[in-house]
Amino acid sequence: MFLLQILKNDKGGRWLIGLLIALIVAVPVLNSLPADSALHVPTYTISLLGKYLTLALLAVAVDLVWGYLGILTLGHAAFFALGGYAMGMYLMRQIGDRGVYGNPDLPDFMVFLNWQELPWFWSGFDQFWFAALMVLIVPGLLAYVFGALAFRSRVSGVYLSIITQALTYALMLAFYRNEMGFGGNNGLTDFKDIIGFSLSDDTTKIGLFIASAVALIVGYLISRALTESRAGRACVAVRDAESRARFMGYRVENIKLWVFTISAMIAGVAGALYVPQVGIINPNEFSPLNSIEVVVWVAVGGRASLYGAVIGALLINYAKSYFTVELPDVWLFALGGLFVLVTLFLPKGVVGLIRKKETV
Amino acid sequence: MMRSLCKSLLSSLMLIMSLAALPVLAGEAEFNQYEEKLTKAKFTEKSQIISDWMAADSGEALSLMQMMLDSQLYYHKKEKQLYRVEKAEKGAEAFKLRDGSSVVIANKRHFKRVSINNTLRSEFGALLSTAALLAESPVERRSAALDLIGTATPEVVGQLRELIKSESNISVQEAFNIVLAVADLNSDEASLVEAAISTLANTLEPSALAALTEFVERTSDEQLLAAANKAIQTHHDQASFYSGVETVYFGLSLGSVLVLAGIGLAITFGVMGVINMAHGELIMIGAYTTYVVQLLMPNSIEYSLFVAIPAAFVVSGLVGIAIERGVIRFLYGRPLETLLATFGISLVLQQAVRSIFSPLNRSVETPSWMAGSIEINPLLSLTESRLYIIFFCLFVFVALSLVMKRTRLGLQVRAVSQNRAMARAMGVRSEWVDAMTFGLGSGVAGVAGVALSQLTNVGPNLGQAYIIDSFMVVVFGGVGNLWGTLVAGLSLGLANKVMEPWAGAVLAKILVLVFIILFIQKRPRGLFPQRGRAAEG
Repeated sequence: MFLLQILKNDKGGRWLIGLLIALIVAVPVLNSLPADSALHVPTYTISLLGKYLTLALLAVAVDLVWGYLGILTLGHAAFFALGGYAMGMYLMRQIGDRGVYGNPDLPDFMVFLNWQELPWFWSGFDQFWFAALMVLIVPGLLAYVFGALAFRSRVSGVYLSIITQALTYALMLAFYRNEMGFGGNNGLTDFKDIIGFSLSDDTTKIGLFIASAVALIVGYLISRALTESRAGRACVAVRDAESRARFMGYRVENIKLWVFTISAMIAGVAGALYVPQVGIINPNEFSPLNSIEVVVWVAVGGRASLYGAVIGALLINYAKSYFTVELPDVWLFALGGLFVLVTLFLPKGVVGLIRKKETV
Repeated sequence: MMRSLCKSLLSSLMLIMSLAALPVLAGEAEFNQYEEKLTKAKFTEKSQIISDWMAADSGEALSLMQMMLDSQLYYHKKEKQLYRVEKAEKGAEAFKLRDGSSVVIANKRHFKRVSINNTLRSEFGALLSTAALLAESPVERRSAALDLIGTATPEVVGQLRELIKSESNISVQEAFNIVLAVADLNSDEASLVEAAISTLANTLEPSALAALTEFVERTSDEQLLAAANKAIQTHHDQASFYSGVETVYFGLSLGSVLVLAGIGLAITFGVMGVINMAHGELIMIGAYTTYVVQLLMPNSIEYSLFVAIPAAFVVSGLVGIAIERGVIRFLYGRPLETLLATFGISLVLQQAVRSIFSPLNRSVETPSWMAGSIEINPLLSLTESRLYIIFFCLFVFVALSLVMKRTRLGLQVRAVSQNRAMARAMGVRSEWVDAMTFGLGSGVAGVAGVALSQLTNVGPNLGQAYIIDSFMVVVFGGVGNLWGTLVAGLSLGLANKVMEPWAGAVLAKILVLVFIILFIQKRPRGLFPQRGRAAEG
């Protein structure tokens, strides 16, 4: 009942969630068909699809702040990567003594760097519940502190975009340092298990796919509930006329701060689900280019519609997988051209196109 | 006696300078006599033979010594005649010292090296360096003297005491004094040692410090020990002072690079309010233009930069104008969209360069007049390329300021940026001004690319490496303010280099970024915020 309430005005969202539930049911079934069947879905494709879904969740998080709050964040990949690192640290601890050096207490890279004991910030990460908590807390806390500083001093518009970019850039440089204790430029990899299931098993992969789909559904519903609520309408007011909203008595900073923090936490969850499916997390995930790419997914799909972000993320990532294999030289031309064309001719993205047709 | 020795030494030195030329034979009979002796002599006799030869013809003797030190002096086993051989192998040339004729070595076993041992080596070295004390150029005299520190024999010291009287060059005098002072440290007279310590305290030569340190270890005299320790302290103070000066110099040169990278952006972002994420790629295009210019004029690399600077300005400027006309003009007033579109352009430009020039780095040569360094004193030498960068940065800054303040274009640019509608009403073609401004900013980015091509690798990722730094500089300095960009760039460069010794390069950079993020919170409009009408937009 509550769900229907949330999705009352959201036709696209109903379609999206219906589709995702269909996928959750269909994919394991199709995977279990014999390999020579025409409808068989190989496990590789499932992992790829699961990866796309986590990226779509990241896009939803960005759309929440960019589409509804008007903050063009160029650093959301930082929250994604932090969530990923928290999960990566848990997965690292699960390796135990099966690493190359066979050290039961220290991950391989620490043995390699001649470290004697586990740094304090690694403690607790052998417990899944703790890691899961950190997936939410670390990005959320960073977003809260950063947002509290930035919004309170009314940094906005382009300046905010640039300092979010500086933030992710600084984090990238920091994580590249071996001394930080996160594996330097190799990052964390060589994972074996997640809560007792081997990551190389097909069932685990399907499980992770389902988890990603569920996370996307939940993340979408939370975001939609937020935008449909009173707070969501205040968000749009802030986006469209910040000073007016302020003079009407809304605490603009607080609205911005909370939405920004929630969005960062969603991004963190996306990162945490992304890492076990691709099997590695390294500082490159922090690179400013990644954050900007996410913004483009949202722009292509259509700002301020949430499901548009999902469409954009899936479309572009599929195109990326295709182009980087088939025509690697063309990919950057295509992506760059897409940036320009979408901003010039499709300010409302793919969703805008669909809506236009409907109204006609 | 001294005079004549000096003169003969002087003439001999010319010969050493032109070692390839063979010694002029003074007396053939003498030459024969010594030549024969030298081929037979044992180590102990060689010293005597050479000093006899010195007395007879010092020039020849010196060049022979140099050859022996370089292991180039050989003799033919049967002929018993001396040869200069650079490479003792079949097919190489051997030069007969007697008459300068050359033969091709048929069998390297026919030749035997005139060998020397370590005693002879140091003896010859000392003789040669005393000879060099009379070189014509003061720089050589000075370095010859400094080579003698700690190794000067009493005879050499005596010779120096004579020479210093007739020495007119101050820096050479100082070098002589250091050598003498180091020698005096061994003296028994306390007053002499004390004077020596105070001489050594007042110089910056590292070898003086070494001599003092060594003196402290062996002396037992309390008073002298205290004096020497104080002198060492002076040296350490000086060293840290000059390393501080060097850090500032490095910081300024890094800052200049940042200013160069950012100042084009200060025009497009600051004056026009356009977020140009392709700015880094315009820098990259400038760097590649330098590369192409050098390809086109491979024989005159020396002058290539003077061609490359205007060429890069034009190429990047034209690309900039194309971007403005093609994309940005449709997006005025929508800064965030501009950001995305220009970022797309930057990807396209990167890939274009990758497709045309390959993804590998290209090497851009540095003209020889930019290499080398200026030695201010033994503790401080300034690399010339950095110095040129600093001057170039100031030049670009001044030129750009003049354009903005003194030209018609600058006036129109400022008018349009302050109040577009009013400027149009006054007859300013705002579209044309937009295109020109963007072209100007892009052209300056190209010029920065020429400078960067001399410092870093020229590759498709060159622009990405600088885009964030450039934005930081502009935002930190205050948008729309060239002066702010200069101050911000230089101070960020300084801060980076000052922190580097104790924090490491990467951490220093992170700290600077964090500082800027925090600074923006306090002063959202940068160091020098724009005031007046322009600030209201």
